[in-house]
Amino acid sequence: MSSQDIPEENLPVAQADGADLEKHGENPFADPGLPPHEHRIQDIDERAAKRSERTVAFLFTLSMLATIGFIASYVAFPVDKSIYVWPIGHISALNFALGMTLGIALFCIGAGAVHWARTLMSDEEIADERHEISAPPEVKAKVLADFKQGAKESAMGRRKLIRNTMFGALTLVPLSGVVLLRDLGPLPEDKLRHTLWAKGKLLVNQNTNEPLRPADVAVGSLTFAKPEGLEEHDHDFQTQIAKAALMIVRLEPDDIKDKQELEWSHEGIVAYSKICTHVGCPISLYEQQTHHVLCPCHQSTFDLTDGARVIFGPAGHALPQLRIGVNEEGYLQALGDFEEPVGPAFWERG
Amino acid sequence: MSTTTSSTDNKRKAPAGERVADWADGRLGIYSLAKANMRKIFPDHWSFMLGEICLYSFIIIILTGVYLTLFFHPSMNEVEYHGSYVPLQGQLMSEAFNSTMHISFDVRGGLLIRQIHHWAALIFVAAMLVHMMRVFFTGAFRKPREVNWLFGFLLLVLGMFTGFTGYSLPDDLLSGTGVRFMQGAVLSVPIVGTYLSMFLFGGEFPGGDFVARFYSVHILLLPGIMLGLVVAHLILVFYHKHTQFAGPGKTNKNVVGMPLLPVYMAKAGGFFFLVFGVIAAISALASINPIWALGPYRPDQVSTGAQPDWYMGFSEGLIRVMPGWEINAWGHTLVLGVFIPLIIFPLVLVTIAVWPFIESWVTGDKREHHILDRPRNAPTRTAFGVAWLTWYFILLIGGGNDLWATHFHLSINSITWFVRIAFFVGPVIAFIITKRICLGLQRRDKDKVLHGRESGIIKRLPHGEFIEVHEPLSQEALHTLTAHEQHKPLELGPTVDENGVERKVKGTQKLKAKLSQGMYGEESQIPKPTADEYKEITSGHGHH
Repeated sequence: MSSQDIPEENLPVAQADGADLEKHGENPFADPGLPPHEHRIQDIDERAAKRSERTVAFLFTLSMLATIGFIASYVAFPVDKSIYVWPIGHISALNFALGMTLGIALFCIGAGAVHWARTLMSDEEIADERHEISAPPEVKAKVLADFKQGAKESAMGRRKLIRNTMFGALTLVPLSGVVLLRDLGPLPEDKLRHTLWAKGKLLVNQNTNEPLRPADVAVGSLTFAKPEGLEEHDHDFQTQIAKAALMIVRLEPDDIKDKQELEWSHEGIVAYSKICTHVGCPISLYEQQTHHVLCPCHQSTFDLTDGARVIFGPAGHALPQLRIGVNEEGYLQALGDFEEPVGPAFWERG
Repeated sequence: MSTTTSSTDNKRKAPAGERVADWADGRLGIYSLAKANMRKIFPDHWSFMLGEICLYSFIIIILTGVYLTLFFHPSMNEVEYHGSYVPLQGQLMSEAFNSTMHISFDVRGGLLIRQIHHWAALIFVAAMLVHMMRVFFTGAFRKPREVNWLFGFLLLVLGMFTGFTGYSLPDDLLSGTGVRFMQGAVLSVPIVGTYLSMFLFGGEFPGGDFVARFYSVHILLLPGIMLGLVVAHLILVFYHKHTQFAGPGKTNKNVVGMPLLPVYMAKAGGFFFLVFGVIAAISALASINPIWALGPYRPDQVSTGAQPDWYMGFSEGLIRVMPGWEINAWGHTLVLGVFIPLIIFPLVLVTIAVWPFIESWVTGDKREHHILDRPRNAPTRTAFGVAWLTWYFILLIGGGNDLWATHFHLSINSITWFVRIAFFVGPVIAFIITKRICLGLQRRDKDKVLHGRESGIIKRLPHGEFIEVHEPLSQEALHTLTAHEQHKPLELGPTVDENGVERKVKGTQKLKAKLSQGMYGEESQIPKPTADEYKEITSGHGHH
């Protein structure tokens, strides 16, 4: 790894043509040095220079006008007015006017400055020397000596007890900061295993907010349901619906291939978790002919006639099914919670 | 005393500007600083302004971001919308979404600033990637600039995460879906995944905390680190002085160009306004992240065509094309289908970041390099860079597989399979092709140096043969085309020394020699023309 591993002659510097070519006389590839400066039209023609000056001044003036335009638009356009701009379509007049005037005001300052630099400032190339980044050996020797002196005076090396206890203290002290992070959140416990669903909870239609009857679920339609008692205004609605969201589909009982699916269904109505088992997007696309559902985020596809097993995409396991039935009044109800965790898999899932 | 003598000697009062500068110099030492930097030389090349775009878009993001904080409420308390956008009136949403709606519809110019902020962020990350590729392909990362390469790389990574935490703040349907995706990925981490998720979200997803937490990460923690890195990056650019391409008068020991004052002050300062102006105009014309069309986040709702911002697209590709492997044993689940993409995600980025260190180990080159390589003259490096870019873009295709499918009427299954195969094969093919192209270009350069430029003039010789007249190159061109260095491949030498005793060769040495042969062997570079070859041909017997 050190440089002595490499034979010196392998480094390009040793093969540079320069050295041996000195012997042969001049090198056809030698560096001819900086080319002579070529004058621009502005350097030799004062009228061209004047033209450039006027261009720059025009751009700066345009910028001033645009800023005035910006202020005027801010005052003039109501915030809700929309205008038609070809080919974009209808857009907010205020946003368009403010953005364009601000854009012109800024762009013209830039264009003016660049034009000024390119046409009127000196364009003669200058060569500056570089200096090696590494310090010269004397400096290095001085620094190392200083460091040794300092280290010696601190007696770090000699008084090992001080050194070791100091390292110990410095290692431990950040732990307080780590401990403080503990209350960022609760422990997982079995939170991911339970949802609001329980025996006897009615299936409430998300659209109508009414409990569902079997007759409400038509063949070929996809119905979204939530557990009764969960309302949008509840403070933990988002967290609860993130686990409890349900999709309901009616199949022909004969089409159901999976035995358990058939047992847990009611008159061909099956209820599955709407939360994808991949990384938790809500599944929302339903193919009526094949009874496949598809997650629009990562295209995991599940076959609802076969225990919602994965038939395509990155999901790792089938959607959990909710066991349903009807109560005495004829409403669809859950016969328990999901028997496995809904949503993405995790270490403790098992 | 000395001041009184000098002022009486001069018998004049220094102009006001000079007096202010004197005041500052007495306290800050600005004259010494200006002596080194005021007329600092910067070489001119279009690719050197890519880094400027990064810097300027970063400044624009900070300026507009501060404005947005004046109106944004980083809270997930549910409120009913009563703003001026009619379709959402009466709907429940978080205060974060509500205040973003307020910025977009009720604060005059608020929408513009929001759009400038978002557009500038997209441009910022894109410019960083392109700038990094410029540095990569020209070998500008070589000593003494390796540390600055790493600073830049860190800025790219932090920029991606600042962007992600930023676009998650409005708590709209699209960004919430992205956060859910991140949470699902965190859950896949073996052993600690559920704990990480609970701590990150203050409980179960989505809870009521993440917007406020992302907010402090987005506006303080990450940009604070980035600002420090940007300053360090720029100080190092100044300290190392800029690299330059080979050319007449340009050596490894000088820097040729124009001075900071006035030319680069005007050009670079002006360029800030150009970048800002263009972004403002884009934001006037092109809507970005129209949260009003998406609606507030609900964990049980989603829209189709959900896409992250472009720089997260490659991670999206990884997660989409990975087969859904899960191992269930001993009551635990190893979610490989999500965890493997989560691991490959940083590996993709690290792969390009470590190349400079691999290259310097293989060459054993400890010298400073200030002259840039033309990509063709470092075929293996160039091929590696193109292979990496190919890898990256294949994953981007995977991330947008649904859009590719709908826009080009392709089957999503075949796109997914294409990406799965191309993930492994694509970079290899790109490597081979790029290397061939580089070698071809090297041959052409060699030909040009030895035989001159094709002039397009056809000459008929007395005996009827037609030839094309080749014009010899100028000495400037000859020098430029032959100025690059060529490494010799490392030879391990005989494994037995002159006494017949077997010499031990370490495994790392063997690996180094193998890599060196691959990078600089006969297959990997065309020997550049020598002066002797040139003389023999030009002094030759008048052919061409």
